Amino acid sequence: MSTVAEHSHDDHDHHHHAPSGIKRWLYTTNHKDIGTLYLWFAFIMFLTGGAMAMVIRAELFQPGLQIVDPNFFNQMTTVHGLIMVFGAVMPAFTGLANWLVPMMIGAPDMALPRMNNWSFWILPFAFLILLSSLFLEGGGPNFGWTFYAPLSTTYSNDSTALFVFSVHIMGISSIMGAINVIVTIFNMRAPGMNWMKMPLFVWTWLITAFLLIAVMPVLAGVVTMLLTDKFFGTSFFDAAGGGDPVLFQHVFWFFGHPEVYIMILPAFGIISQIVPTFSRKPLFGYASMVYATASIALLSFVVWAHHMFTTGMPVATELFFMFATMLISVPTGVKVFNWVATMWRGSITFEIPMMFAIAFIVLFTLGGFSGLMLAITPVDFQYHDTYFVVAHFHYVLVTGAIFSIMAAVYYWLPKWTGKMFDITLAKWHFWCSLISVNLLFFPMHFVGLAGMPRRIPDYALQFADFNKWISIGGFAFGLSQLIFLALLIKACKKEGEPVSDRVWEGAEGLEWEQLPSPAPYHTFETPPVVK
Amino acid sequence: MAETTPSNGKLVIKLVGIVIGMFGFGFALVPLYDVFCEVTGINGKTRDTASSYEAVIVDESRLVTVEFITRTNTGMPWEFGTETRRVKVHPGEVAQVDFYAKNPTIRNIIGQAVPSVSPGEAATYLNKTECFCFNNQPLAAGEEVIMPMIFYVDPQLPKDITFFTLQYTFYDVTEAAATTVAMNRIGE
Ligand code: HEM
Ligand SMILES: [Cu+2]
Repeated sequence: MSTVAEHSHDDHDHHHHAPSGIKRWLYTTNHKDIGTLYLWFAFIMFLTGGAMAMVIRAELFQPGLQIVDPNFFNQMTTVHGLIMVFGAVMPAFTGLANWLVPMMIGAPDMALPRMNNWSFWILPFAFLILLSSLFLEGGGPNFGWTFYAPLSTTYSNDSTALFVFSVHIMGISSIMGAINVIVTIFNMRAPGMNWMKMPLFVWTWLITAFLLIAVMPVLAGVVTMLLTDKFFGTSFFDAAGGGDPVLFQHVFWFFGHPEVYIMILPAFGIISQIVPTFSRKPLFGYASMVYATASIALLSFVVWAHHMFTTGMPVATELFFMFATMLISVPTGVKVFNWVATMWRGSITFEIPMMFAIAFIVLFTLGGFSGLMLAITPVDFQYHDTYFVVAHFHYVLVTGAIFSIMAAVYYWLPKWTGKMFDITLAKWHFWCSLISVNLLFFPMHFVGLAGMPRRIPDYALQFADFNKWISIGGFAFGLSQLIFLALLIKACKKEGEPVSDRVWEGAEGLEWEQLPSPAPYHTFETPPVVK
Repeated sequence: MAETTPSNGKLVIKLVGIVIGMFGFGFALVPLYDVFCEVTGINGKTRDTASSYEAVIVDESRLVTVEFITRTNTGMPWEFGTETRRVKVHPGEVAQVDFYAKNPTIRNIIGQAVPSVSPGEAATYLNKTECFCFNNQPLAAGEEVIMPMIFYVDPQLPKDITFFTLQYTFYDVTEAAATTVAMNRIGE
């Protein structure tokens, strides 16, 4: 770019005078700008996916079909899932990585700034394509976010091509993002920042990035097979042509299970940053946290068939996947233990990020427990494809991944803007979210155990009361997020009290100790000294 | 940090290598799965070629019940069935079961029968010396056929399996078959 010429000391093209307006955001290669873009994009997607959830909950408020027709209902569950996974949670984590990884390891920027720009800017197109397919004749994808064949092949409509295309773009975007994170962490650490000094957020993101480059290509492969099955006459998943629909599930879940860890490992990193700060104690068991994260990542490749217990696998296979799945709860338990041990006898204060972190620890663990129940093969035959599974993954994803993202935003926002956010609004946001999210997801356990299937627009009368409360919880949770929106808008307008460089009394790490608040546009152009 | 730039390139190439490798791996899962299933029979698929019947010793000491289920896929208008719901055979003994199919429509249809055995473990012990499922089955409008299926159960069949089910599903493959024919013509 044009600024290269003005440059003296290194080979990254920085904008010494940031261009203003839309161009700044379109052409930016600055990790902080790109981080902000990712985070706002994720938030907009969160609201979009949330609006779809409101449609789902409105339809399920009462038994019977009243608001939308079943085909549209199915499109809502499908696109809600896709948007939340690929549009909200994953980009939010990438945004946090962009903002924080360079500051935490003392690097001036991400290693591949131009690729960084690309990996963000293709994302809005992916989702535009996906969302526009909803308006086509026949509607958008309606086969669930897991797009099982033959629902997505024989029984889907032509908009499936758009779905495949958008998934490809999302995949390319996350692969580029992951490569960038890995190269940055490998090559750009400040002198003295050796592996076992890296903050846990950096560690968990490094491992997540490896998971991403390992499984996003498999996702790309499986959607490609689906595309050729549907449009070009191959029969990967078509029994009539010698294929096997069960194969689809194997390939999909080979991607799918590591994918769920892609959505939780960075959360583990965030919580491991926040808990020590507000407990005023160093993290308990740093090394065991690193090893636990790595073993979770490795194990996540050998448990995929726990999503397929009811597909008629031989007993030995069922047992293998049952035990392998249960094994994962060991390193996960190590983590929860370490967080609790960090808080033990600490001088804890309950600032907003800490409140979200504690809610995370309790509620994520609850989701882990329902996961363990699902991992028991014989009982999964009853729970599979019921609301119990829905309850499980919303506890780990909403009160897990999303709460951790909110905790992270509250924790680092003052560092980003230089101003304390509106604490009153934040408290309202926390308590409203906490209460409503449990009203929303906890009763799902019961209706699930009682046999209410997932992904249906109508249900038997005995589930009516529970569903009414679930829907009320859903609307309340949705509205609570508008408080967050208001708070974020105020924060971006730089309203609020100025904060100190360290912001939080107990905060440790390069970004708190060596950078002013707000963090300037360019940081660590000369590498910091790491003790 | 000028010195880091060259190694960035190398690392990126390695990482892109992993990405391409894993894309390939996704596709490699397809043949791997087939081989795995053929060895273990886990998806209940039987062999799609005829077995020979040579030097097979009949195990008179036990009887195995083989049950037959017939169905047509959604949208396949054929009538398809068998009079024989189940047979009892000694492992190693040859048996024949006749299936019938009728195309009641006014158009020609090509069908393909796909077998599936449950429990899947039994699939590898089911040997068919003749089966209509090896090839596709064209039936003109209104045409009817009787299709024999000749099989024997491998005497190696584990002792705990005393009963298994063989299900045939008929699929309408007229379109797919037409494109293959067309493709072959283009090839000629
Ligand atoms: C102790 C750890 C965990 C165990 C033992 C576990 C176990 C399971 C099992 C057995 C299922 C399949 C249930 C069924 O379909 O019948 C499942 C579903 C699911 N899990 Fe977990 N899980 C764990 C943690 C997580 C985490 C951390 C996440 C994500 C952050 C997650 C996300 C999901 C999702 C999204 C599904 C549903 C997928 C679908 O069918 O749409 N799980 N889990
Ligand atoms: Cu899983």
